[in-house]
Amino acid sequence: MAYSDKVIEHYENPRNVGTLDKEDPNVGTGLVGAPACGDVMRLQLKISDEGLIEDAKFKTFGCGSAIASSSLVTEWVKGKTVDQAMTISNKDVARELSLPPVKIHCSVLAEDAIKAAIEDFKKKRQARQTKQTAS
Amino acid sequence: MKLPIYMDNHATTPLDPRVLEAMLPYLREDFGNAASRNHAFGWKAEAAVEKARKQVAELIGASDKEIVFTSGATESDNLAIKGVLEFYKAKGDHIITLKTEHKAVLDTCKRLERIRQERLDELKMLRLSQLAETDVTQDNLAELSAKHRIEEDAQYQKWAALPTGGARVTYLDVEKDGRVSLEKLAAAITDKTVLVSIMFANNEIGTVQPIAEIGKLCRDKGVLFHCDAVQGIGKLPFNVEELKVDLVSISAHKIYGPKGVGALYVRRKPRVRIAPIIDGGGHERGMRSGTLNVSSIVGFGKAAEIAREEMAEESARIFRLREKLRTGILGQLDMVTVNGSLEHRLPGNLNVSFAYVEGEALMMSIKDVAVSSGSACTSASLEPSYVLRACGVEEDMAHSSIRFGIGRFNTEEEVDFVVRLVVDKVRKLRDMSPLYEMAKEGVDLKSIEWTAH
Repeated sequence: MAYSDKVIEHYENPRNVGTLDKEDPNVGTGLVGAPACGDVMRLQLKISDEGLIEDAKFKTFGCGSAIASSSLVTEWVKGKTVDQAMTISNKDVARELSLPPVKIHCSVLAEDAIKAAIEDFKKKRQARQTKQTAS
Repeated sequence: MKLPIYMDNHATTPLDPRVLEAMLPYLREDFGNAASRNHAFGWKAEAAVEKARKQVAELIGASDKEIVFTSGATESDNLAIKGVLEFYKAKGDHIITLKTEHKAVLDTCKRLERIRQERLDELKMLRLSQLAETDVTQDNLAELSAKHRIEEDAQYQKWAALPTGGARVTYLDVEKDGRVSLEKLAAAITDKTVLVSIMFANNEIGTVQPIAEIGKLCRDKGVLFHCDAVQGIGKLPFNVEELKVDLVSISAHKIYGPKGVGALYVRRKPRVRIAPIIDGGGHERGMRSGTLNVSSIVGFGKAAEIAREEMAEESARIFRLREKLRTGILGQLDMVTVNGSLEHRLPGNLNVSFAYVEGEALMMSIKDVAVSSGSACTSASLEPSYVLRACGVEEDMAHSSIRFGIGRFNTEEEVDFVVRLVVDKVRKLRDMSPLYEMAKEGVDLKSIEWTAH
């Protein structure tokens, strides 16, 4: 189990661990993975009405690489627009953390978590708009 | 106290300094080949090997003539299973084992099943080449087999009933505590059964099997009983006569001896015979050829002697440490479950699942302690421990398990340190776990549609 220094660093000092209010209309929550597979990642993004990611928090059940991958993407997405965040791919995460082939799965999960969180945010906004138009 | 702390004594144990002392002369001046019958160097080596053979035999209540030295328990398991199968092939070809056995047993059985299947395919091809109008190949074998209803063909059935060189294997389920059900075992025995292979104590969960009852059952039914006793030998009493076992695999490096040496006990009365899997100079009464690993065998003997003399006292001490570790952790953390039987268990084994914490992540955060994880996050398959799964442990809990193995050189101070460290790190990881948060909020995790990968 030869982890890169970056994985160990993120694992020992994870960034942005925590929970955002999932009822907040500006918060998108992405929950990916499965307990039976050994990893579940929850990424929450607070997104402004202009589409700027103002805050990011994560909680992860998984191995060191999964925790490091989620910690890394919270750092990356902060300050980015939704469109910019959507371009982050698992390859970027895997490269940055020098993940071994068996751990690529963790980076895929991180990419999926970003997409799921943004999708959740977009759904919420759409629902709000539909409600506004209706009234 | 020195860090890191070694608490993975199921994987291997450190060499006892007394064992090393006993070995050194045989790596230096007394380097002779035990098979050299015509000079003093050879005689000295032979005498040392025979002394070790007695020491190993005494540990299990055997006669020294019943001990065959091997390169380790994996070889012993292979020799026992393949050796019995080949020798007794005219009697039958059925083996019974457990789903929780060591891979050295399970993979040996799988190979024997594969050999049988390949042989049957060959026989099908042979018979079809007499029946079919076209050439028989691997590609059209299934199609032609179906067309000519080969399974019902009398000639094929006659051939298939002959010894194939392989085996049929029954992999028995275990109960929740990892123990075999004697009723299920008895029911699985047929007139074609030649061997039952069941371990003494499990390497992951420490569950100890009812060896005496299994031995009696096998003896009554006229079936040979092989026991992979690697994890239990030297920790719990084991006597081949009382237990009625016919073949026993032992390894030196699990009892503070050197790696690369082990033994197979092969019963003389009533006599058990095996075909060798390594041919050559006829060493070890023809059952295992190859120049004897004299220095390691001497070390094995010494390790066996120490184990026999100190077992009672040592196991009691290790058991107290294990209980301190168990109660220390379970007393301070919620949602922790012990895997395997508490009653029938190796004294030094503690296998626990920390719900909502992934095992490998926990191992990484307690890197000052060497333990082992039932999580398979490091392997390509991502499948968690097959032993835990066979005991009915849910996949998520199997991913959350850690195995502690306390041994001869662990101290109370180390156990106290490990308890503090584990409690602290589990709390930290649970603070980071979305599952723990959801469970605390009362969310039923089973009701969620997870995105499986």
